[in-house]
Amino acid sequence: MNKTLNNRAWFMVLPVLLLVAFNAIIPLMTVVNYSVQETFGNNLFFFEGFKWYEQVLTSSRFHASLTRQIIFTLVILAIEIPLGVAVALAMPRSGPWVPVCLVLMALPLLIPWNVVGAMWNIFALPDIGLLGYVINAIGIDYNFTRQPGSAWFTVVLMDVWHWTSLVVLLAYAGLRSIPDAYYQAARIDSASAWSVFRYIQLPKMRRVLTIAVLLRFIDSFMIYTEPFVLTGGGPGNTTTFLSIDLVKAALGEFNLGIAAAMSVIYFLMTLLACWCFYTLMTRGDEQ
Amino acid sequence: MARIDLDHIRHAYTADPRSEADYALKEVHHTFADGTACALLGPSGCGKTTLLNIISGLLRPSDGKVLFDGRDVTALSTEERNIAQVFQFPVVYDTMTVYQNLAFPLRNRGVPEAEVDTRVREIIDMIDLGGMADRRANRLTADSKQKIALGRGLVRSDVNAILFDEPLTVIDPHMKWMLRSQLKQLHRRVGFTMVYVTHDQTEALTFADVVVVMYEGEIVQIGTPAELFERPSHTFVGYFIGSPGMNVLPVKLDGTTARIGEVAVPLPAPVKIENGAKTELGIRPEYLSLGREGAPFAISKIEDIGRQKIVRGTLESHPVAVVVGEDGEIPADARLAFDPAGINIYADSWRVEPEARA
Repeated sequence: MNKTLNNRAWFMVLPVLLLVAFNAIIPLMTVVNYSVQETFGNNLFFFEGFKWYEQVLTSSRFHASLTRQIIFTLVILAIEIPLGVAVALAMPRSGPWVPVCLVLMALPLLIPWNVVGAMWNIFALPDIGLLGYVINAIGIDYNFTRQPGSAWFTVVLMDVWHWTSLVVLLAYAGLRSIPDAYYQAARIDSASAWSVFRYIQLPKMRRVLTIAVLLRFIDSFMIYTEPFVLTGGGPGNTTTFLSIDLVKAALGEFNLGIAAAMSVIYFLMTLLACWCFYTLMTRGDEQ
Repeated sequence: MARIDLDHIRHAYTADPRSEADYALKEVHHTFADGTACALLGPSGCGKTTLLNIISGLLRPSDGKVLFDGRDVTALSTEERNIAQVFQFPVVYDTMTVYQNLAFPLRNRGVPEAEVDTRVREIIDMIDLGGMADRRANRLTADSKQKIALGRGLVRSDVNAILFDEPLTVIDPHMKWMLRSQLKQLHRRVGFTMVYVTHDQTEALTFADVVVVMYEGEIVQIGTPAELFERPSHTFVGYFIGSPGMNVLPVKLDGTTARIGEVAVPLPAPVKIENGAKTELGIRPEYLSLGREGAPFAISKIEDIGRQKIVRGTLESHPVAVVVGEDGEIPADARLAFDPAGINIYADSWRVEPEARA
């Protein structure tokens, strides 16, 4: 067959190119542009080089919110991944309860993020909220608007409630794809329940768990709406995560240069972490 | 190693079976002698996998008992029955090495490590995976994985039986041959009772000492490959085994003569048929010959398959296939001759034993 060379075919790629350009590349480049310039309004900009980057990277405020962010992400990953796998293992494999469980699991995922924040805000209020009231009633002094510990507890609990379902659904899909023959073979080999988990279920869930960890890592690293509605980053700055800090800098203080530099650093960190993680998890498959 | 008795086994997947049709497996009563290689052969949905799962204990029969060496094991679980099973798709533990995979069933049973090592090394050589002991099992090809699955069964010296559920389905054709002959050798060497489920007649006939042919939940014939070929006890066996299958022609019996329309075929011995039964004559294409004598035969197609030619045509408007040797002559105005040795008579699809000559 003869192949005709026709450069007009490039036009076919144009829609995708425009889409990516307008929703990713151009906004990102605007941010990069801001991050190397200074402005005093009137649309006047002066080139500043890496000044903002130096300021951000040496500021204790950025270090503090980055540390908080990393701790938060590690904590919720450490809770949500094992919990999600455990719930998925406990779910029935077949029968009338399967759709019921799936719908129950999907419910938290369907609630808008700011509603989740507002719900938990009311739920955790020490005087009228069910959770806050009960905790105080059993003798623990709990007030998430005043105590950093309580605030962290509430933010983490809220995230676990909101997002563990995602891990459950992914893990469950992974479990369901294991053919019955594996379980039968394991029974014939007298494998214990732990061995079945360790040598059959966990290896077969590896791919979906990679995706679950990646999604939960990215999402929790970008978390904004829920803690913003729940605590507003407080008390003090104790629940000010990276994106809350970023919005404070950009819109609260109107430090465009600092905020833009922070955004770029933030973006590169996420990208790097995802790349490392993905390479690590898929390394075994390619050999 | 054990003798397996199936004592009036029936199975229905519905909870409350009422009619015969509710049973996926109609009554099976049979003994697999210790150390035989037995094949369960039949088309999809004939109940052969159901029967296998009943033997392995993955399924509990609705009625009847399973006995291993005379001991009732019906209520025992799979691991208590001490059997091994190789599945359609190779099951290996992905994260383990070949060695660890083979050691797994032994270690789970708390066998001392020194003994595990001797057994595993022995089996690795036996299944021809020497040099791969430390390879990760998920990197191997499908046939090697299937060998590991088989090896996990062989490694336990005390297994009662090894069951195979269509184990060569996902294996490449040229590897199938090798695996099948290796399996046969292994059987001779270790002498385990083996039950092999398949829908492939070549597989069944080459592997097994005894073939159990199943059709619609029933055992239609149990016999050696030769018996199945020469004396199919049901017309289904005639169709299913042999390629092309047996020719089955409706006949009217008249003493030692069978009449197909105008054509009279002499029978080797008289056959007694009850009145009203559907009477048929079955003859394999190998027992028919073409020549100048015999019944008029209209040839419609000749398929040359190398060593043989398959001649298809009609006899009194019934389709008939004839196998002619490579150099066999096919006359223009061919006539069909029946070899009496190959004639079987069927009443309502079941073979009728001819009466002894008076």
